[in-house]
Amino acid sequence: MLRKKECVAMLLAGGQGSRLYALTSNIAKPAVSFGAKYRIIDFPLSNCINSGIDTVGVLTQYQPLVLNEYIGNGQPWDLDRTFGGVHILSPYEAKTDTSWYKGTANAIYQNIRFMKMYDPEYVIILSGDHIYKMDYDKMLTAHKEANADCTIACMEVPMKEASRFGILNTNPDGTVYEFEEKPAKPKSNLASMGIYIFTAAKLFKYLELDEADPKSENDFGKNVLPAMLNAGERMFTYRFDGYWKDVGTITSLWEANMDLLGVVPNFELRDQDRVIHSRSPLAPPAYIEGEIINSIVATGGEIEGKVVNSVIGTDCIIEEGAEVNDCVLMGNIVVKMGAKLNYAIIDEEVTIGENAVIGAPREEALKTSSLTGGIAVLGRGVSVKKNGKVPAGEILDKSV
Amino acid sequence: MASTVGVIFSSLNEENIPELIKVRSVGSIPYGGRYRLVDFTLSNMVNSGITTVGMITKNNYQSLMDHLGSGKDWDLARKEGGLILLPPYSDESETLYKNRLEALKGATAFLKKAKEDFVVIADSDAVYKLDYSKVIEFHEKKNADITMVYHEHEVKKSHYYMTFETDGDDRITSLEINPQGHGVKKNYINVMVARTSFLIRLIQNAIQHGYTSFGKDILSPGLETFNMYAYKLEGYYANIDSLASYFKANTDLLNKDIRKEIFGDRDVYTKVNDSSPAKYTDTAKVKNSLISDGCLIEGTVENCILFRGVKIGKGAVVKNCILMSENIVGENCNLAYVVSDKDSVIRDNRVLAGCETQPYFINKGSLI
Repeated sequence: MLRKKECVAMLLAGGQGSRLYALTSNIAKPAVSFGAKYRIIDFPLSNCINSGIDTVGVLTQYQPLVLNEYIGNGQPWDLDRTFGGVHILSPYEAKTDTSWYKGTANAIYQNIRFMKMYDPEYVIILSGDHIYKMDYDKMLTAHKEANADCTIACMEVPMKEASRFGILNTNPDGTVYEFEEKPAKPKSNLASMGIYIFTAAKLFKYLELDEADPKSENDFGKNVLPAMLNAGERMFTYRFDGYWKDVGTITSLWEANMDLLGVVPNFELRDQDRVIHSRSPLAPPAYIEGEIINSIVATGGEIEGKVVNSVIGTDCIIEEGAEVNDCVLMGNIVVKMGAKLNYAIIDEEVTIGENAVIGAPREEALKTSSLTGGIAVLGRGVSVKKNGKVPAGEILDKSV
Repeated sequence: MASTVGVIFSSLNEENIPELIKVRSVGSIPYGGRYRLVDFTLSNMVNSGITTVGMITKNNYQSLMDHLGSGKDWDLARKEGGLILLPPYSDESETLYKNRLEALKGATAFLKKAKEDFVVIADSDAVYKLDYSKVIEFHEKKNADITMVYHEHEVKKSHYYMTFETDGDDRITSLEINPQGHGVKKNYINVMVARTSFLIRLIQNAIQHGYTSFGKDILSPGLETFNMYAYKLEGYYANIDSLASYFKANTDLLNKDIRKEIFGDRDVYTKVNDSSPAKYTDTAKVKNSLISDGCLIEGTVENCILFRGVKIGKGAVVKNCILMSENIVGENCNLAYVVSDKDSVIRDNRVLAGCETQPYFINKGSLI
């Protein structure tokens, strides 16, 4: 009987996502809705199952309720297994020591026993805040062929944005000689995607060394990877050239949603290979009476108003005379008669009253200075009363 | 509620819709964009608190099995009970069951094993919302042996059916099979409640006497000996017994009140499929239609039900159509009153039209 797994995935899903402001007041970033019917975590989870990885530990810490409920037993991703499957790993109390996850490396360290249950050859570390489709199995094959100790997925980014990322400096043979976390003066534009494959024994060894070092911040990028390089371990890059988007900011989350629109979108979810799975709601098909242009609409809604360049989630009601332009509506939203929504992200369970005005037309909104680049953001469960107004770039966390 | 087991006939009354059952049983006829007919009876049962359901199958039940799987989408993948398929059962006879009574005979072993006190038996060729636990409450209150559910509507001439009359206490006083005449009557909707032990006795008695018809040999004479009561189904009821009634039952969902009644306040469970959200391009024009996940709409759509993954090409005008999943309508097509079964392709520039009472039907997997 096969009581081991070749590769176990560890998905870091504990981040607060503070730059998403009101969208993550009560839920962890990986649980944020995306693309009308998905949540961010659907992407790494679907990538795992589509790559043949059926054992996934999801490390949660910040506001895990929605995320835990959503993942459940993992059945929507075919991750309900008798051996393996998806497991929620939250910080726990131990006999001698109790602590929250201190950093990315510490979170994985605290779950070494979980990984060892499956006696894996390899461990893949993933993060729960990126939108992409990737075959991890190809990356694993490259890792094995290079006889690497660590392989880091990376892609080229524009040089002027390079200082926002972990940057990899490589030798001509593809080996990494330096890893710089968010360098002020980047030497290359090869950015880490936060996806690492480790040979399991090496990972366990360096996590234990890192944990023993009181000066360490227990972070992969800052501590573990540099320590491995210093010790002369074999570290390789794996180049990815598909669609990949960090949705850690309001602007990038809005852009990633818009990347789904059009006959030939920047990011295609319609193709039947590598399907992104999700916990699909039981809603009937959407009833459409209004005008819908260049948009996507999930099931369950009743759309009688006008929708242009927008992403409309499950069970949204847009009444007659309402207009929605350049918006992301996450789900269970009611937009009453005559309301005008422009350039906004609206979280779940929001009600917009009659004739209310949310945001400003995009060209106008882009000129305002705000934390969100002009996008109006309405947090989960808020309501805007009749004739209410929310200016461009405003972040609304409670009802007005 | 009282413990209840459900029995569903997934393939009776098939002769009326030969087009749709060529490749499937009645229960697995696609309906309403993302459902199969059986979902409504099955969801009624689940929402009534029934956790053990026997599904009697007959011919062509592969698509039904594919739809139902282990029953997990209805929360019926259970250690105790759950969804149990009852394929045709043959002892001495060499043919498949020919009627309701023979079908029930095959389910006797399942019923004997059931620990539940009551049984609900129902067909799967109709769309309605009913809390069966209310029927059982009624059944107990009336101290009935058999409770039959009816809906009041104009009698139809098309095929076998049953109507009855009741007294002021809802007791059935007379029962007509293939009634003559017309007008609004109490039409039996083939939903019946009894004590499980009582139903088993009825079936065994029928076997002993060589009865062949549940209606003629058991229910009709039963008026003399049993306490038979009638429970009224209020609200919407659609029986799918012809292509025209299939068309009507689908387009009924474009009515807000009917949609609210059927889908509001409860879940209608169905097999989950991970299609991407429907996409509308800048040339899309959609009016009064139900649009499912996975659709790509570049043309004009009015008064339609589009199932999953339907593509409407640029310049196409599609009105009053039911297009089942993965239909592809080419550019500049003109379609009116078309019912197209799954996976068909309608090439560019085609013009196809039927009418409300006689929709133009396209077979599964056609290329036109």
